[in-house]
Order: sequence, then structure tokens, then C-alpha cells
Amino acid sequence: MAIEAVDHSHWSPLLGRLWWDAIPPDPIVWVTFAGVMLGGIALVAALTYFKVWGYLWKEWFTSVDHKKIGIMYMILGLIMFIRGFADAIMMRLQQALAFNGSEGYLPAHHFDQVFTAHGVIMIFFAAMPFVTGFMNYIVPLQIGARDVSFPFLNNFSFWMTTSGAVLIMASLFIGEFGQTGWLAYPPLSGIAYSPYVGVDYWIWSLQIAGVGTLLSGVNLICTIVKMRAPGMNMMKMPIFTWTALCTNILIVAAFPVLTAVLTMLSMDRYLDFNFFTNDFGGSAMMYVNLIWIWGHPEVYILILPCFGIYSEIVSTFCGKRLFGYTSMVYATMVITILSYIVWLHHFFTMGSGASVNSFFGITTMVISIPTGAKLFNWLFTMYRGRIRYELPMMWTVAFMVTFTIGGMTGVLLAVPPADFVLHNSLFLIAHFHNVIIGGVVFAVFAGINFWWPKAFGFKLHEGLGKVSFWCWVVGFYLAFMPLYVLGLMGVTRRMRVFDDPSLHIWFIIAAIGAAVIAAGIGAFVLQVAFSIWKRKELACDGDPWNGRTLEWSTTSPPPYYNFAFTPVIHDIDAWTDMKRCDVKAPKAGFLDIHMPKSTGTGIILGGIATVFGFAMIWHIWWLAILTFVGMIGTAIVHTFNYDRDYYVPAGEVAEIEAAAHGQPLPAGA
Amino acid sequence: MRSSESHKMPRRPAAPPRAPVARIAAALALTGALSACNTVVLKPAGDVAQQQGDLVVMSTYLMLLIIVPVIALTLFFAWKFRASNTEADYDPDWDHSTQLELVIWAAPLLIIICLGALTWVSTHLLDPYRTISRIDAQTPISSQAKPLEVDVVALDWKWLFIYPEQGIATVNELVVPANRPLHFKITASSVMNSFYVPAMAGQIYAMPGMETRLNAVMNKTGDDFVGFSANYSGAGFSGMRFKMRSVDDAGFASWIADVKQGGANAAGSLEAKQYLDLEKPSENVPVLHYANVDPKLYGRIVDMCVEPGKMCMSEMAMIDARGGLGKAGIRNVAMLTYDKNGREAAVDATANPDAALTRELAWVRALCKQEAGAVIDNTVKAPADKNSLTGFGLSAPQSISLGGDADIQSTPARPSKISRN
Amino acid sequence: MTASTMDTMTNATAHVASPEQRTAAFYELEPHHHPEGASTMLGFWIYLMSDCLIFAMLFAAYGVLGGNFAAGPGPKDLFELPLIALNTAMLLFSSITYGFAMLVMEKGNVRATQAWLLVTAVFGACFLAIELYEFSHLIHEGAGPWRSGFLTAFFSLVGTHGLHVTFGLVWLFTLVIQLSQKGLTQANKRRLQCLSLFWHFLDVIWIGVFTFVYLMGMI
Repeated sequence: MAIEAVDHSHWSPLLGRLWWDAIPPDPIVWVTFAGVMLGGIALVAALTYFKVWGYLWKEWFTSVDHKKIGIMYMILGLIMFIRGFADAIMMRLQQALAFNGSEGYLPAHHFDQVFTAHGVIMIFFAAMPFVTGFMNYIVPLQIGARDVSFPFLNNFSFWMTTSGAVLIMASLFIGEFGQTGWLAYPPLSGIAYSPYVGVDYWIWSLQIAGVGTLLSGVNLICTIVKMRAPGMNMMKMPIFTWTALCTNILIVAAFPVLTAVLTMLSMDRYLDFNFFTNDFGGSAMMYVNLIWIWGHPEVYILILPCFGIYSEIVSTFCGKRLFGYTSMVYATMVITILSYIVWLHHFFTMGSGASVNSFFGITTMVISIPTGAKLFNWLFTMYRGRIRYELPMMWTVAFMVTFTIGGMTGVLLAVPPADFVLHNSLFLIAHFHNVIIGGVVFAVFAGINFWWPKAFGFKLHEGLGKVSFWCWVVGFYLAFMPLYVLGLMGVTRRMRVFDDPSLHIWFIIAAIGAAVIAAGIGAFVLQVAFSIWKRKELACDGDPWNGRTLEWSTTSPPPYYNFAFTPVIHDIDAWTDMKRCDVKAPKAGFLDIHMPKSTGTGIILGGIATVFGFAMIWHIWWLAILTFVGMIGTAIVHTFNYDRDYYVPAGEVAEIEAAAHGQPLPAGA
Repeated sequence: MRSSESHKMPRRPAAPPRAPVARIAAALALTGALSACNTVVLKPAGDVAQQQGDLVVMSTYLMLLIIVPVIALTLFFAWKFRASNTEADYDPDWDHSTQLELVIWAAPLLIIICLGALTWVSTHLLDPYRTISRIDAQTPISSQAKPLEVDVVALDWKWLFIYPEQGIATVNELVVPANRPLHFKITASSVMNSFYVPAMAGQIYAMPGMETRLNAVMNKTGDDFVGFSANYSGAGFSGMRFKMRSVDDAGFASWIADVKQGGANAAGSLEAKQYLDLEKPSENVPVLHYANVDPKLYGRIVDMCVEPGKMCMSEMAMIDARGGLGKAGIRNVAMLTYDKNGREAAVDATANPDAALTRELAWVRALCKQEAGAVIDNTVKAPADKNSLTGFGLSAPQSISLGGDADIQSTPARPSKISRN
Repeated sequence: MTASTMDTMTNATAHVASPEQRTAAFYELEPHHHPEGASTMLGFWIYLMSDCLIFAMLFAAYGVLGGNFAAGPGPKDLFELPLIALNTAMLLFSSITYGFAMLVMEKGNVRATQAWLLVTAVFGACFLAIELYEFSHLIHEGAGPWRSGFLTAFFSLVGTHGLHVTFGLVWLFTLVIQLSQKGLTQANKRRLQCLSLFWHFLDVIWIGVFTFVYLMGMI
């Protein structure tokens, strides 16, 4: 069967490559588009009707408050998570249908975009915003700070990440997304073998979002290093803050590599460079190396803060100090460093020599030692504890069991000869979903249930939370254990159709598992909606879980300045220490508080960056130049604004504090 | 992917297995739910894949030594120290124990030391570049056994197999004799693929302009083994599968004769012209048999110079090693262009139309004496000295003589330079 | 509250202390001046190190591809060392003049600071002009980045450095204007220090480029 290539060579000065052929030839996409448009119009209409645009702009979009930015990251993550999950359902359905001569319901052009988009979205636009959201919200509170080091930069980072997400969503309806797999290996992703705009969407959405991630990394490192409350030396930092520090070090040391590699690939695609081409002395193997030098640390960027979340939860709900705080810190640092010397285990099969393969295999295994130590630390935190099975703790126990299994299969894949038979198989897929779902997704749900009361002043409904929890856990095992079996049956990833009927039953079980997970997501959405509706009944004070770290010492939700008085730290679990010493927060003698001012520059820059990315993707050169100059100009104009902060008068602080604590205004505040 | 077990081979007397743990472990593993399905990775038909499968099982059991206690303890502690159990000890300030922390770090360390040793040895012994040392656990390789050479090319989206000694080629069908060492040389025409026959041996990438290698053997005969690309390569990837048959020596000879005579799947002979046609993207391609094949074709495929007028990669590498062709070589762009489609336009724009391409090519050819297709073999080879690998309990690999005998089994390295003048 | 009293404040003493004393031990009750922009230099350093990694990747790419001439010209055929030496001198001079700008900034002399910044800009612009001349010359000869892996890596590495210098110049002019508007305020001094780091950083990178690409290419 010969292939007929679709000709997409149309170009005009005004619209670049944008032409009627950019409408995807796919009814599924049209229906989705109609749904999104209707939903979007309804949302805009509702927001306009209730006159909330001004509120959103003033209080959220232009806010430099780390808490609001953190919540916006979480919302972005959740929206993109649902999009990525829709892709997952489509894949599971296709693979469950495409048997016995059936082609399934997705043509290759669509299916290949779906699995590419699923990976990219889940890692960059779901997991990353979740993790960044948690770090943004929690870290300043945990270290007793009033905001991050660079509040404007924080807002800007968020809008750059959103800009990337907007581009990737646009690719669904205008043109196409990459059909290369989530890491877009050349030569396949080169202009010769992927001539249309799919890979360009991939490049620019990651490039723009990457700027945001990098700056957010710089910001949080500075915050943790420079803005800790008095008395909090490094070894008294909460463990989540420690993992956040290591994660952001990883971000700063890994994301420039991604930036460089993406730039090289775009040079190949746009300007006929020869970094990764077959001819003219390019080297595709260099790409594979470079992308994984970023890619492997990225895995730990995702998982380390999650380890931090679990640590906080375990110690809180066991009512006990975290066992082995020091070794936990060292384990985190060891993982941070080791994550840079294992990248080659992603391509043992590329033909490196046995000695090179063994070296990287063994370094990979070595990472399991500090990771194992962490698991034991949680285990011995539970030992002689008083474990309260609230939702966050349930997720944590599920994590400990699930992640252990995923870790084991990971070490197995680190043995090069074993990897030769399991590489790129569904066993590998099962492994990394085992650690990413069991590690990151479970942590996200644990963390949301844990910190929601802090952010909004009421708990999430427990019954619906339990439904969500059990659906997720059961659904996860149903969906991914069959993939382990299929991997051992020699089934490779990214297959669209199958001819061996004996595989069918396993794909059907996996599809059922995905449906159960869908129910879990539905239950979570319901849990949130129901809890907001019943927020009066679920209301709580500043410290609903008998917490241990500083974020629980302020009100729920915290005032925008976080702490009326900066706390002074004497112990690791600072808030437990304060409670034990029966310390009462001062009720009078409030001081002026120095705070940053909101600014619209971040969202404006993010908006221009989206248009710039779109113009680059479609080769609309005039618009690309215009928006690029616009971005630089806006940034320069922003630097002429020296008036970026203000003082909250002590009187206003006193009023807010009194209102929050339901007390009369003290005299002489 | 079933390994039909047509026992044409006489069963060998049961000798003590080399890795009893692995056998026991494999037996245990197979008693579970897995026994219901064809886990070809654990029950393959080739010795290399069998050793790799055993390693999967062995490593799993080694890790279960620590995984099982951890999971059991997690569940036990989770139950024992629940808040409603007020009988259980509660010690809110207990957060450190030096002995326990030592155990916490030492236990995984010990497992990893064992696993690391296993990894080091097995990675070297099962290096796909390394010629195999045995037919199966009981049969060392005979010094007379010459490996069957097969050249593998991953095309968009089908597989081309060239049998250089037999002078034939097939598309999407790989037939090999059982119990004979197999030596694959693997490349690709356009993008990255991965050559994988789960029943035979682990996979290795197939990459354009480069050559990777795989040494393997089939121990069972059978008609319906499956091979495929294990690295996504574009729209036709799902259909990039081939049938793999393992036959006895007589069966192999008769199959070769069939292909040479031309049968149902006959496609004539495979020269550059036919190859360039075949190379074009196509999906779900039926089996093709070529009765003749240009002996230089495979070398030219690796060298990316099947198309007339193209400079071979090996020539380019030689010129580059000498410092390039200077400014005089700036315009010889067309002869170097390989990546197709989008590339053609760019080339037309940059190539000087006045350049007398053919003349230049002749001039380039005169500069270097290397024959097209003779890539300098800089691929990583199996270590020559295996003594470092023969630790306790490991017999010396037989494939490479450790004494002064003629080195029959090792892959003959390609001559790095062949004089044509 | 001094550090020593904080350290001696143990749980036991906290219990015997009065509620007011306990509150005082756990909260900062006195106004504290937090120096504005305390994190800026650290943040900028971290940014520079991440930028350094981008250059590290480009150097690595040059290391891998630098010998792939694709039967075309190599460094010896293309590079003109005297021109590059002049180029290097321009950039090094610009660093020295930036140093003078920082010295007069310390003395609080706005006009002189601006003057030295402009001298720096002139040297920087000369550097860029020479680089652009070199690029256009190479491209005119047909030795553009599309010609070979070597030229791809060369243009990317040197070009990325050039882009950084360009941005440095834009930043420098912005600062000159801001100096006329606001004078040598704390914020502007901090900005000058950041640009100083950036400018010297580009110098260091260039020395790497000059050594590994140009000098070693000519050997």
C-alpha cells in the first residue's frame, strides 16, 4: 500500500502556512471543537453576566500573591490533566477495539497525535503545573515568608506556562500536533520527515512554557535561600521545602538543556541547520543524549516535591516527628545529584558498549538506595504513631505500596540485558505510569485534600473523596497491571492495531481500568463542587489536621501577607513546637507590612508570547517580528516602573486579623 | 507471538542448569496468572532471549527480598498503629535510631551490590555486539559453526533482509536455521527503528547511516514467530511487522532454493533501482522474495549512497578526517543531500546551478580510494579479553579462544580500506 | 531577640516563661528592615549559571559535530584569525570600560557612568559588527550553517553569543536612559551590577569560544 502525502506547502505573506487545509480532517475533532466553543461561549457569557471579569483581572490574573498564583497553577494543571486523560481514554479505546482485523476508530494520523499529546500534556502541562502550584503555595508559608523573592516574575512564569498550554490546545483545532512521541526524536521530527506544523507546535509550546518553568525555579531557590524566617537554618526547614529546593535546583540545572535542544531542533526545521539530520554530518544520537540529559532530571523534578508532600502528611497524620529527618535530607540531595548521571538508561538499545551500559545501569540502581531509605523513613514514621486515616493519609499508604512495585520494575529495567527485551514495551509504559501515577498523581490528590482547607477555609467532603480514592486505586491496578503482562508478551508501545487475538482480553481489562479511573476523576470533580456548595458545614479553623509546620499557624485562608508577625523558629516542626509551648500569637502591636504591588505585565507578556509562538508555528513572519519586538518593548517598559511595592498600614493588618479571629479590634492597634 | 514447539530437535540429557535460581524462579513465576498467556519474553525460543528472560526473573526475585518485607510492613504498620488501636505504642518524639538508619541504608545497598554485580557480568555476556558462546545452556558452540549473516534494513514501513552469502533478499519475512549462530547487521533508511524478535533476542536500534549489530540463535523450530519495530517511526509503524520462521538446516536450504527459483512472492532481483522504489513509504507490505541481490547494496544503504551521484558516508568521513575539501568543496551539496521531501527545495536554493556536479564527484572520488560501502568499522566490539569477566562460577566464554588459536568465531572486521586502483 | 537567646530558648524554658515572653520568643515583634532586592544578585547569578548551561550544550554540540565538515570547508579554510583577534580585543576592551563605569558608579558620578557605558556600547557594537561581517562573508561564500554539521554548530555557538551581546546592548541603552531619569538609585545600582555580571559572563564565554573554536580550529 503506497502512501499519499498530503501537500501542505501553501504559504502567503499575510497568513503564512495558515490556510483552509489547517482544519483537521476529522469529525471527532469537529465535535470536540463545537463542544469547546459552546462551553467557552457559555463560560464567557456567564462571567460577563455575573460581572466577574474585573474581579478576575484585579484579584487573580494580575496578582503577584504566591498563593493565588499557586491556585491558578493547580487549576491549569487540572484542566490540562483532564485533557490529557481524554487522550488516554481515546488510546485505551482504540487499542481495545483494533483487533480481529478492525482498524479501530482512529486513523494513524490522529492516533499518533493522541499519544504524543498525552505524554507532552501530562508531563509538561499537568504534572509540572501541579508540582509548581504546590511549591508556590506552600513554600513561602512553610518558611514564614510573605511572598516569593520575585513576585512579578512568579506571575510572569505562570502566564508563560499557560501560554504554552494554550498553544498545545490550539493545535487540536488548527493544524495538527506532532506525531513523533512525546520526545520527538529526530530524524522523524526533522523537517524532512515531519514537514507540517505538528512538531512546531510541540517546540513552541514547550519552549515558551520552559521559560516560565526556569524562571519559577530561580525564584523559588532565591525564596528558600534568602527569605526563611529567623531561626530556620537549613536543617530546620520543613521537608517539603527541602524537596522543593532540590527540585528547583534540578529545574535550573536541567531546563536550559531542554531550551538548547529545542532551539537546535527548531534551527534544523526553520533554517536548514544540520544538528540532527541524517546528511551533512548531523547526529540524531546527539539529540537522544541531550534530550534525556534534561529528561531524566525532569522525572525527579516531578517526584521529589511529591516525596515532600508525603513526608508532611505521614508525620502529620501519624502525630509524630518524621523519622530520620537528616537522612531524608541527604537522600533527597543524593537523588538530586545522581539524577544527572543516569540518562543513558533510556537508550541502552542504541548500541553503546557493554561497559557504558553497565555503568549507567548501576548508577540507576544506586538511586534506588536513597529512594528506599525514604520509604523506610516513612515506614518508621508510622511505627509507634497514631495514624488517623483521613484522605491524605489514605493516598499516602496507597502510594507507599504502589510506588514500591513501580520502583522494583524500574530497577529491573535498569539491568541492560533485561531492558533489551522490555525497552519500549508496554512493560515500560506500565512501569512509568506505576511511578508517575502512584507517585505524582497520588501525591497531587493527597496534597489537594491536605492543603485545601488551608487555601479555602473548609475541608473537602470525605465520602466523595473516598469514592475518588478507591476508584483511582482500583482503576490504576486494573489499567496498568495488564500492561505489565502485555509487555512480557512482547507487545510494544504506540501500536495502533493488533493481530494477535490472545492479547485482546488484556487490553479490554486495561480499558475497563481506565473507565474506573475516569469515575475517580469524576468523583473528585464532584467532591470539589459538592464541598464548595457545602462549605459552611465543612468550614474549619487555621489548623484542621493538627499540623506541624508554619502554614498551619496562620488563618485559613491565610491573609495576603501570610503572617501578621514573622514567626521565629526553634525546631523542625515549628508549629508543633509553638503549640507545645502554648505560644499565643500577639493580638496587638501590629506593624506596617511591606508587600509587592500587582501588575498586568505578566499576563500581557504571556499573551504576546502566545501570538508569537503561533506566528512562528505558521511561518507568519511579520506577526512573529511584531510580537517579538512587542515582548521586548513591554519588558523594557516594565523596567521603567520603579513603584512596585507598598506598605500595608498596621491598622489595616489589625482589622484583618481581628476579622479573621472573630475578635473585636483591640484598642490602640 | 506463540512459540510453537515442534520438537524436531532431540532433547538433550538434562545437565545441571547453570543458573538454578533462575530456573526455579522462572518455574515459580510461571505458576501465576502469567502461565495462562504467552509471555514470550520469559519463554522465548532462542538462547539469548532465554538468558535475558531469566535475568528478568532473577532480578525480580532478588528485589522481592526487600520489596515484599517493605510492602508487608507498610500494611502491617498501617493496620497496627491506626488511631483507633489505643493499645499500640505511641511515641510522638521518636524520630531517630542510628542502628535502624544503618539498616535502612544498608539493606537496599546490599541488594544493589548483588544486582550491580549481576548487571555488570550479564551486560557484558549478553552484549548484542558480542558473538555468542553457546547454542544453549548445554551446547557450546562448535568451532566449525559459521554464523549466518543477515543484513537488516528498516524501511518506511517494512523490513528488508539481505542474505549476503546466499545472494537473496526478502521483505517482511525472516527465515533462519535453528541452532546456528546468527549475526545481524542492522541499519535503517530514513528514521530510527528498533529491530526486535522477542522469541529470539533483545532489540537493538536501527538507525540511518549507521550500523548496529545483534548476535543470536534460535533453539526451536517454528513457523509463527513475530518480529517488529519497537521504536515508533511514523504513520505505518503498526504494520511494520514481519513473520519469522526458524527451520532445520534442510528446510533452510530448500527455502533458499525456493526463493532463488522464484515462487508466489517472487519480486525479481534487487538492485539499486528496485531498492529506491522499495524504499518509498508504504504500509502493510506483503512478503517479497528477491532471487538476486546486488552484493554491494547493503553497504551502500548504510553509506546512504544507493542513489546514483551521492557521496558515500564513508567517503565523506574519510575526507573529513583529512580536514574536509576546503572552499572548493562548498558547492558539492547535491551529492550529499539525503533527507528527502522537504529537503529538496532547500537544496535547489543553496546549490550553485553552475557547479558541474558529475565532474566534482569524479574529482572527489579520485581523492579518496575507499570503496563505497566500506564503512570504517568503528562500532563497539565485544571485549577481546574476556578474562576480566570470568569471575567465580563463570566459565570462560567459548566463542573467543582465550589461547593462541585462530580466532574463528569473532566477527571479521570489515577491511577499513580497500584499494581499488 | 538575638541569635544566642533564640538558641537557648528551649521547650523547657519556654514553659516556665510568661505568655508574653513566649510570644516574644516565637514572633518578631519589632519592625525589621528587609533590604529591598536582597535576592536579586543571587537570582541573577542562578540565571547566569543556567544560561551557562545553554552555552555548555552548544559547546558540547560543537564538540560532537565540529569535525563533520561534510566534505566541505573546515576551520582552517574559513577563519581569519587577525579579524577574530581584533574582535576579541573589542569585547575585552568593552569589559574594561564597563569596569570603569562601575568604578565611577561607586563614586556616585552619574554622567561619567553614562559616558563609560556608552563607550562600552561602542566597543560592543564594534564586536557585533565584526561578527556580522564574518557571518555574512561566510554565507556569501556558501559556507552557511546548512553546509555541514561543523558550520551548524559554529554558527549556533557564535550566533547565540552574539545574540546575548545584542540583548546586553539593548539593556545597556535602557539603563543609560534610566540613569538620566532616576540617577544612581539603589535599584539602578543593582541593575548596573546585574548587567556587569552579564557583560563579564559573556566575556568569559567568548574566551571559551575563541580558544576552543578559533584557536584550536587553526592548529
